[in-house]
Amino acid sequence: MTQTHRLAQGGRIDRSRTLRFTFDGRRYEGHPGDTLASALLASGERLVGRSFKHHRPRGIVTAGPEEPCALVELRSGARREPNTRATVAEIYDGLEATSQNRWPSLAFDVSAINQLVGRFLPAGFYYKTFMWPASFWEKVYEPIIRRAAGLGRAAMAPDPDEYESMHAHCDVLVVGSGAAGLAAARAAGAAGARVIVADQDFELGGGLLLEPEQEPWRQGMLAALSGMPEVRLLPRTTVFGFYEHDVLGAVERVADHLPVPPEHGVRQRVWTIRARQTVLATGSTERPIAFPNNDRPGVMLASAAMTYVRRFGARPGERAVFFANNDIAYDAAFALHHAGVSVAAIIDVRKKDSKRAAAAADRGIAVKLGSVISDVKGGRNVHGVSFRTANGSVERVLDADLLCVSGGWNPAVHLQSHTRARPIWNNDLAAFLPGKPVQAERSAGSAAGVFGIAHCATDGAKAGREAAAALGFRDGAAFELPAPDAEVDPRVKPFWEVKAKGKAFVDLQNDVTADDIRLAHREGYTHIEHAKRYTTHSMATDQGRFSGILGTAVLAEARGETIETVGVPTFRPYVTPVTWGAMAGRHAGHHLQPVRRSPLHPWHVRNHGIFLETGLWMRPLYYSATRETGWDPILKEARAVRQAVGICDVSTLGKIDIQGRDAGILLDRLYTNTFSTLAVGKARYGLMLREDGIMFDDGTTSRLSEHRYLMTTTTAKAAEVLAHMEFYHQTVWPELDVRYCTVTDQWAQMSVAGPKTRLALQGCVEGLDLSNEAFPFMGVCDATVAGCPVRLYRVSFSGEMAYEVATPAGYGERVWEAILAAGRPHGILPYGLEALGLLRIEKGHVAGPELNGQTTARDLGFEKMLKKKGDYVGRVNAERPALVAPDRPRLVGIRAVDPSFEKRLRGGAHIVDRPDSKASLGWATSITRSVELERWLGLAMIRNGPERIGQRLYATYPLKNEVVEIEVCSPHHVDPENLRVRA
Amino acid sequence: MHRIDCPWCGVRDEAEFSYRGDATVKRPPADGGAEGFYAYVYDRTNPKGWHVEWWHHVAGCRQFLKVVRHTVTHEIRSVAKATDEVAAPPA
Repeated sequence: MTQTHRLAQGGRIDRSRTLRFTFDGRRYEGHPGDTLASALLASGERLVGRSFKHHRPRGIVTAGPEEPCALVELRSGARREPNTRATVAEIYDGLEATSQNRWPSLAFDVSAINQLVGRFLPAGFYYKTFMWPASFWEKVYEPIIRRAAGLGRAAMAPDPDEYESMHAHCDVLVVGSGAAGLAAARAAGAAGARVIVADQDFELGGGLLLEPEQEPWRQGMLAALSGMPEVRLLPRTTVFGFYEHDVLGAVERVADHLPVPPEHGVRQRVWTIRARQTVLATGSTERPIAFPNNDRPGVMLASAAMTYVRRFGARPGERAVFFANNDIAYDAAFALHHAGVSVAAIIDVRKKDSKRAAAAADRGIAVKLGSVISDVKGGRNVHGVSFRTANGSVERVLDADLLCVSGGWNPAVHLQSHTRARPIWNNDLAAFLPGKPVQAERSAGSAAGVFGIAHCATDGAKAGREAAAALGFRDGAAFELPAPDAEVDPRVKPFWEVKAKGKAFVDLQNDVTADDIRLAHREGYTHIEHAKRYTTHSMATDQGRFSGILGTAVLAEARGETIETVGVPTFRPYVTPVTWGAMAGRHAGHHLQPVRRSPLHPWHVRNHGIFLETGLWMRPLYYSATRETGWDPILKEARAVRQAVGICDVSTLGKIDIQGRDAGILLDRLYTNTFSTLAVGKARYGLMLREDGIMFDDGTTSRLSEHRYLMTTTTAKAAEVLAHMEFYHQTVWPELDVRYCTVTDQWAQMSVAGPKTRLALQGCVEGLDLSNEAFPFMGVCDATVAGCPVRLYRVSFSGEMAYEVATPAGYGERVWEAILAAGRPHGILPYGLEALGLLRIEKGHVAGPELNGQTTARDLGFEKMLKKKGDYVGRVNAERPALVAPDRPRLVGIRAVDPSFEKRLRGGAHIVDRPDSKASLGWATSITRSVELERWLGLAMIRNGPERIGQRLYATYPLKNEVVEIEVCSPHHVDPENLRVRA
Repeated sequence: MHRIDCPWCGVRDEAEFSYRGDATVKRPPADGGAEGFYAYVYDRTNPKGWHVEWWHHVAGCRQFLKVVRHTVTHEIRSVAKATDEVAAPPA
């Protein structure tokens, strides 16, 4: 397509270079400096999208980030990005853009038939239309609604681009780089403050970019700012949120204007800016007026039309009509007139007060005072407008292909509103202005209701000076301000809606009409926040910036109250949409969840460990060179432990080194049992409760010397246990003389277990008598293996004779290899997490499934470990009646009656007393195939469990239609007398 | 984003801390009884306004800090060590 609507001269585009792009597969051209919207308009394209609900044809309405209609998909494949606003998308050679929400094509859209049945899709239709029958929702209604109503499509492939986060501190953050922003930055920078200037546009200058005569001043300001070493200019950077404690978030679109980011470069960057002072020079946005068919392609804001002419050298139409309630809109009309666009008329709501009417007459532009637009002719393109006098007495039609609307200006108070500052209504502007600051910020320029370039610059300079002065900086060198403005009168005659037949939209993106707001009011949604949610008004990507005030005005009229009273919905982050990629930054995949590897990890990898991520840890489930699945490799490893000897990496257990005179006292108060009486060189199993009396963690803790203990925790709770100790020590018993820190990563630890363990260890442990008499069960001794220092703990999780061997992490592999070598004649096998679980279930040791945050020590059969004397965490609350009720589910063992493995037991199965019963007596917590008893068995929590030992019950798993007959037994399926561990 | 002025480390981002609830409740002595311990675990005033609360500097000095924070505005009035006596300002 040729650039039929490109002006011969003027604008900020580089006509010497041509960029080619496609929209819906058709080829277009544009120039550097164009947005997708300006390039489409320059090629005469008007129809760019279909609306969300009614699939009405939509065009380009604005020239900025508040665009509600011109939403497109950019790029293709993995880089496809939906819902980008064509008005801020810079074009590049090869850009692919696609319209959204239409089928089969933009021009002919089948779902546009919704327009004909639109009265069946009123406000709140999600809530009331499709509620019955319920079974229809998933299968019928939702797919239809999803297909009919919706926005763009997300890419289905992983994002190939990189994103990053940046942190910055500054004295003064200036948001916006118009006349006010540049002057504020210059004043603060000259005073010596560290300044950051952020602007969402790819060119700095804001409104200055529309004023060619201000170009020298703009360039001079930018040159001066660039020359200040402590001033940083960030174009293409949207400040999206103003958070508590003067922290602001911004997203910099580093490479969105390029086909792909440069090698090793990022696509976008999120800035977290800690600003001591902030100047909000965010400008203002023009607002529309509601009237029938105010959404037709060719209806746009007056300022947007002026922007396309002045900045982009593009004619948005051939014959324009203006509809306004203020003087500033006349300047836009004059700009179009100057560019050769025929201006058929200015329809001015005001009967008098137009100071520009004479200037319009000088240009031969007709002004119709006291008149309103009553309809727009045309479907996919405007071809005329109807207007009438305010009282409706005379109605006439004008030919036009462009209708430029101005309902006044809304200062951009959104960032300030994030801080909970309350915007204040201003009658002259009929708009909300920034309220009393809550954080260290001030607004300047048209964001503060000041209009005119010179006025804004003066206001900005003052704000910059004040921000710097608040931090103790003295005024710096003065600088030149722009020449005084021609007279600017921003006052408006408040006017929101033309009541006439037809859909008058108050939210173009979400297809909310003035009638929808009135319907919400009639149905009781009279608060603006309720009306917003009921109608989805101002919930679109523009977050109400474009036309939120119209909905308020309509609601205010319905309530018979003022706009000031009704207010606008609370603005919250984000000001404009931010991609997930940018929010995640580098924190994706394993950068979000790092991998923890045991010191023995390389050995497991070399020796065919099959790994599982447990929390952050990578742990070998079992070892298999052929990567076989199923039970065989697990049973083989477990049998080695029961019949010979096995070795297992337990380095992931939490380890906390505790030292100090009061170490024993702290442990006595954290554990339900006593550690201050533990002999040096001994280990003891301990239970910890939460303060509410529920089981928290368990593990063995050893006394290494008079004032030194080594605690082990479960792998999962290691960090929580440390924080728990710190909390009680620091906040409850700070008088205790004790220090502790985690040493989990400092040790490689391995469990060597099985009847031949002693034989295996005798072949490699030096300097220690391993006999039962010299080193009994629960003993702790130091020794040497392969020249490496080791500490041996005679503790057992498997129920077999076992020693845990700990060595400084760097010696881990060497010690492991030495033990393997010594054990080889005795049939040693390494075993993984699966066999470890199998063995502990057979032995009846509790783990995560039993310590599930609901069970008490009594539930698990540990009542004898609850000491009678002395304080400990959870002691009192554990005695609450419900926690000691006799019919609580309690730990027992269960076994399949059938010794074959045909009918399997499953964790989570419910225990019932008849095969068809639906009354649960409890549930199976941990289940395994047993190598000791050659059947399915496990642990279960059953009401009155210990009294049921010997009973035949059933484990039912209705999801798989399985019912298995079981026998209730002691949880200790293996060696209930505990003889093996003491052998 | 809260900025918390840790007495040990200086001003740090909220991301380094974890919240640990009401710092005005005191753990009863060992003979505090069922009601005392019930209150310690469960009774909270949930004030709208100033609140004294525990923040644990987990990614810093690992100290529990007594932070006086406004639950509506998020303003932080003071940050004290765990052992300092801190009175809640009137809401």
